[in-house]
Amino acid sequence: MGVLANFVVNVLPYITLLVFVVGVVYRVAVWWSRPSPAPIPVFPGQRSVGSAVARVLADVLLFRSLFRFGGNRILWLGSWLFHISFGLILLRHLRYFLGAERVPGWVNALQGIGVAAAVVISIPLLYLLLRRIVHADIKWISTPADYFVLLLILSVVLSGLYAKFFAKPFVVDVKYVIRSLMAFQPVDLSKVYLSTSFLVHFFLVQVLLMYIPFSKVMHFGGVFFSPTRTHYFGGEAHTKSSEEV
Amino acid sequence: MGEQLEKMYDVELKPGAGENYVCNLTKPEFAEVMATDIPKEPLPDHEMVPVALKKLDQMRKERKSVQLYLDICVRCGACIKQCHYFIGTGDPKNTPVGRAELLRKVYRAHFTISGKLFGSLVGAQKLTPEILKNEWYKYFYQCSECRRCSVFCPYGIDQAEITMAGREVLNSVGLAPKYVTQVISQVYKHGNNLGIPEPAFKYNCQFLEEEIKESTGVDVKIPVDKEKADILYLPPSADLFTNTDTMIGVAKVFHAIGADWTMSTYASEAANFGLFFSYDDLKTINLRVVETAKKIGAKLVIFGECGHAWRAARQFMEAMNGPLPFKFMNILEFTADLLRKGKLKNIDKSRNDDVVVTLHDPCNYARAGDLVEETRYIIQQVCNNFHDMDPSVTKERTFCCGGGGGLLTEELMELRMKGGLPRATAVKEVVEAHGVNYLAAPCAIDKAQLPLVMQHYNIPVQVGGIHDLVGKALILEGQEEFEAKKKAEEEAAKAAAAAVPAVCGLCDAEFASMDECCEHAEKEHKISKEQCDMACESKEGAGAAAVPAVCGLCDAEFASMDECCEHAEKEHKISKEQCDMVCESKQ
Repeated sequence: MGVLANFVVNVLPYITLLVFVVGVVYRVAVWWSRPSPAPIPVFPGQRSVGSAVARVLADVLLFRSLFRFGGNRILWLGSWLFHISFGLILLRHLRYFLGAERVPGWVNALQGIGVAAAVVISIPLLYLLLRRIVHADIKWISTPADYFVLLLILSVVLSGLYAKFFAKPFVVDVKYVIRSLMAFQPVDLSKVYLSTSFLVHFFLVQVLLMYIPFSKVMHFGGVFFSPTRTHYFGGEAHTKSSEEV
Repeated sequence: MGEQLEKMYDVELKPGAGENYVCNLTKPEFAEVMATDIPKEPLPDHEMVPVALKKLDQMRKERKSVQLYLDICVRCGACIKQCHYFIGTGDPKNTPVGRAELLRKVYRAHFTISGKLFGSLVGAQKLTPEILKNEWYKYFYQCSECRRCSVFCPYGIDQAEITMAGREVLNSVGLAPKYVTQVISQVYKHGNNLGIPEPAFKYNCQFLEEEIKESTGVDVKIPVDKEKADILYLPPSADLFTNTDTMIGVAKVFHAIGADWTMSTYASEAANFGLFFSYDDLKTINLRVVETAKKIGAKLVIFGECGHAWRAARQFMEAMNGPLPFKFMNILEFTADLLRKGKLKNIDKSRNDDVVVTLHDPCNYARAGDLVEETRYIIQQVCNNFHDMDPSVTKERTFCCGGGGGLLTEELMELRMKGGLPRATAVKEVVEAHGVNYLAAPCAIDKAQLPLVMQHYNIPVQVGGIHDLVGKALILEGQEEFEAKKKAEEEAAKAAAAAVPAVCGLCDAEFASMDECCEHAEKEHKISKEQCDMACESKEGAGAAAVPAVCGLCDAEFASMDECCEHAEKEHKISKEQCDMVCESKQ
């Protein structure tokens, strides 16, 4: 256990960081560098850079395109709830990263809602999982990887909840681990109490992070590059005025 | 959303239902003349895979959209029921995501780390000739590149981009459809999709000019190949044969504002099938337009009522063939702007009172052409009765007619009818609710496809263009006088015919009219009125004065020979005795 814990706490995080950062930067760099031979916006809306930005933001923050889906907005609700919860959980975890002595006030203020999000997120997660099994058409298009990533996130959530509510690690110990890693200083495992459930959670989080650059989870970056949304109806030669002649 | 539309989305999953639909392969002579370099016939199996992979690699490197849309799909399925071919067939490979996965699985297996390591666990599969022939060639030609899926995709993934890339890969191994290559080869040979040679094109324009003259009395020109002109107009070539009312409407608009315009036999086609085939051909066909516009010094290029033509122009022409020394617009933008600025003064909406109109938004106007308001504005300016379809199926959410994207070919007829189901369902709703009887479809593919779809689903509507309606409502200078005169003449002729003296052939008795003679014949000679012409004969000569006549020297028309003779004496110095040398009775 000692060796394994040591690996998960003192070695793996740097590998994770390297894989995640290099992987994500590489993927984004590829998208960034690919040329667009022609503008291909999809109506409605984009007639300027501003409206293109607004459209991407509406998609990123409100999932507007999914909302347009029509009468059935369950998918929109499930996805949005999942992502917004995920975001709040991430923000909540900043308490382990920010402030050597005191956690910034705004991060403290987010703790309640962050924990609530961690509880709530299981519901959309289970919905996203179930719809792949229940609906014949969604089931048909699903690959093992689609189930894997949902199960991985679910296990991260559940291990985190267990660690928090049942194993109850000391916040200062977790923060000590994170701050040490950030300072590239080895963590002395004999000085801290880390529950097994915390170690499992910590490990699964790293698996998820390393998996991201190789997977469809990269959509979080790709959405900002989508030509049908980022391009707009421009051009010098087109006119809507009959008075050119 | 109406009940019928809602029900339409309950689709039963039928894997493999689309496997029967396959385009005929190109003939070598068509493949040969394509701008993009493709083999004349399918490569042998062992050569296919490496060639295809090389092309796929090129596609993802040359197009950001392709790379991104191969990478970021999460298979959420939001697009599945937005595809008309899925709604029609139920085949999961006919969903936007299912169709794209046919390409993505190959991309993953050959170009991604996870695909190479984990194979089918991450949905990766190595390319085989069978995948190319049985999956790609079938299913990438069961996509009309309508881009409806992109509206609903949370990341805006555009299946049309995947389809276009997939088709270019297919081209590289010689799997190209005959319909598309034939159409493109006709453009290269004759300048238009239908392959109308120059003399026939010009003849048809003259024919349409005569038709307008006959119905309006106005000399409206449909100029072709003028050496210099301000406006170059590109019709879909079908407008010169089958959708002539659209062409007539456009010509009337140009006439009404006194435009200096022309069409060209070198670029006599708005449509650009390169969009369905390859960027090389897309660019080459657009180049014909650009060259022609430059040659004739056009300041404005106007594209006719054609959906994908507008996408090829609006989104690709400037990017691929620019910078452009002219402005360009769509005829619907042009006419809408004229109406808005009050430049088409004499519009009589009531002339369209016989129609109750609904509008089919062509996919490429609505999603790729920024053109959804002008169409509605024009219709409302020239018609009194307009009813839009349900908002869930109009504007950017419009459904394809089922025949776009290079699929308008005989061998795909069954698929086309299935793909037309959503549009038919929406039209049926407005037909039942509002008595709609005219489906305005400002696109040449629609005008070919939708009448068949409407017939297939037993929906009693006429399909036509928007300029057909404009042409009917727009009154040209001199047209009203002509119509009034024509009407008066018709009435006079009728009265004259009734007043022609007649003689009874049996007893030589004379009467003031045929009617009177017939009565006499029945009474005196027991000849029924139906058989009256056996006995009674009109005395032509005596009635000649009342028959309309035309002057052979100046084409002027007159109510009678007498009037014409007077005119001939006065204007042409021809004595009344010799009048028959110039005046001709119109009987």
